Amino acid sequence: MLRFVVRRLLQVIPTLLLLSLLVFWWLRSLPGGPATALLGDKATPERIAEINRGLGLDQPILTQYWLFLGRVVSGDFGTSTITGEPVLSEIARFMPATIELSVVALLIAVLLGIPLGYLAARYRGRPLDVATVIGTLVGVAVPVFFLGYLLKQYIAVDLRLLPPSGRLSTGIDATDVTGFAVLDGLLTREFDASLDALRHLVLPAVTLATIPLAVIVRITRASVLDVLGADFVRTANAKGLAPITVRSRHVLRNALLPVSTTIGLQVGLLLAGAVLTEKVFVWGGIGTMLADAITLKDYPRLQALLLMGAVIYVVVNLLVDISYAVIDPRVRLS
Amino acid sequence: MTTHPLLKVRDLRVVFRRRGEPDTVAVDGVSFDVAAGQVIGLVGESGCGKSVTSMAVMRLLPARGVEISGSIELDGVELLALSDSEMRERRGRDVSMIFQDPLSSLNPVIPIGLQITEVLRRHRGMGKAQARAEAVELLDRVGIPEPRRRLDTYPHQLSGGMRQRALIAIALACRPRLLIADEPTTALDVTIQAQILGLLSDLVRETGTALVMITHDLGIVAGMCETVNVLYGGRIVERAQRHRLFGTPRHPYTHGLLRSIPRLDSPPGEKLAAISGSMADNLPWAHSCAFAPRCPRVLETCLDITPDAETSGGRLLRCHNPVPASAE
Repeated sequence: MLRFVVRRLLQVIPTLLLLSLLVFWWLRSLPGGPATALLGDKATPERIAEINRGLGLDQPILTQYWLFLGRVVSGDFGTSTITGEPVLSEIARFMPATIELSVVALLIAVLLGIPLGYLAARYRGRPLDVATVIGTLVGVAVPVFFLGYLLKQYIAVDLRLLPPSGRLSTGIDATDVTGFAVLDGLLTREFDASLDALRHLVLPAVTLATIPLAVIVRITRASVLDVLGADFVRTANAKGLAPITVRSRHVLRNALLPVSTTIGLQVGLLLAGAVLTEKVFVWGGIGTMLADAITLKDYPRLQALLLMGAVIYVVVNLLVDISYAVIDPRVRLS
Repeated sequence: MTTHPLLKVRDLRVVFRRRGEPDTVAVDGVSFDVAAGQVIGLVGESGCGKSVTSMAVMRLLPARGVEISGSIELDGVELLALSDSEMRERRGRDVSMIFQDPLSSLNPVIPIGLQITEVLRRHRGMGKAQARAEAVELLDRVGIPEPRRRLDTYPHQLSGGMRQRALIAIALACRPRLLIADEPTTALDVTIQAQILGLLSDLVRETGTALVMITHDLGIVAGMCETVNVLYGGRIVERAQRHRLFGTPRHPYTHGLLRSIPRLDSPPGEKLAAISGSMADNLPWAHSCAFAPRCPRVLETCLDITPDAETSGGRLLRCHNPVPASAE
């Protein structure tokens, strides 16, 4: 198992190298650049050249890339052209908000999606199943930002049930420990802060969870249907086992194999969805940071964020592969 | 037949109903008995209703879209009247089943040991350690070498023959009164087939378990079964003691089946005798003999009147124009 993990981690290195080169090249081939973005109307060729010289953008692209790699190895991703702050410390500040949002969204999607998919399969063709199939179709099809605005308008603005934006209400005195607002409140025993943070989380998390939830429900349903017809389930029934044993040990364990792959793939989409969701709910996480960086052509920020996204994606899928080996002996032992 | 059979199937009828499609009568009035310790065979081609019959006895057919009528008595208890949970109590304990494809019939992601112990713990109330010890015993009895080590292996690590042995161990774990084997050797090669059949024969003889062999392979039937039921289109067309059935097959279908077995002593180049055509679906017996369209001895009556089952001299026969007893 350890060798498997190490081998997989080593495979990541060439992937990241290639990806970083592509990102580096693509960003610089876009029209405009940090200088024009920063200067706006006041841009003159002289001032643009001056800024570019300051940022090292006047050098050949391969030289820039080589210098970039050298700095990255020592942990320096450069400073943001917008704020002048080191990119890494920016990320460290904004990251917890996005992780909090994504983790809660993924939990909603998984904890709701698997049971719902299972029930839909079990009551195939009945009203519950039909409702689930239609619901998931809508869930996949509705754009994230549209759903976000809809929820915000009805639940937060019209009904005033939940706060419409931000992570904490003004006037709440919360101590920052880890950056995860809900967790901080629990750690410092400021339970009112925790609750307030949780209330702020609901709408964005539900918005972000919609698509992964719909996908997980569908995959679980299809997978359970497949397994329910399998010969070994017939064997389990022929043994006269209790229904709960047949369901958990024989049906679900086999049905979850494709579901775990899907969850891994959803994490990538979750990062993309977080950008839109954070925008709608003024969340102030990595998504906001990324959106600003794209508008203002903040190369160092974009490079760091895109690479970080890739690393997260790779790590999550490695975890999925490991979980696969845990669930399926055929993978583990061959 | 003994006075009090272990399994008594009477007029079993299984109809598959699908919306927008005509009903399919898979089993159409099948009756047979199995005495304790007896081995009987249900023989016929694909779709003749033999597997559906066994699934009906196990009550493993889906509840929706399937209509079962008639009577299935096990030890005097009407199985069709039992609740689902009462039936679950009996399944695996009083009556168990071995299936065709041992690889797909075993759960791929849990070890063999657990697949055996779960039955023991469910029906015989054993603890974990006790069940494991018994599982070792069972694997040993079905001829799996190094049984203790095998408990922690997974189905894909065993050979086909070993998997079928493991399935037999599971089926016999609770010493059932009745065992149904549905094409237990079809997925295995010939030498392994012989071993598995030998093992099954020995085990049922030792434990006194009654065995219903479901197969399309007349060779298996000839080697094992005391009584043979030949099914066609969901009905039993001929039933007799093995020697009488093979010696003097009276139904043209049985006769054709036996003639279609290739013989080693036939001259080279000789064509295999085949029964032409294939079985009709839906309501084959409604107004005629279901076999009539394929029958070499067909008469006009066969197309107009459904033949009744008649019993004489221990042989059941459903035919208007049987093969003369002296034909072979």
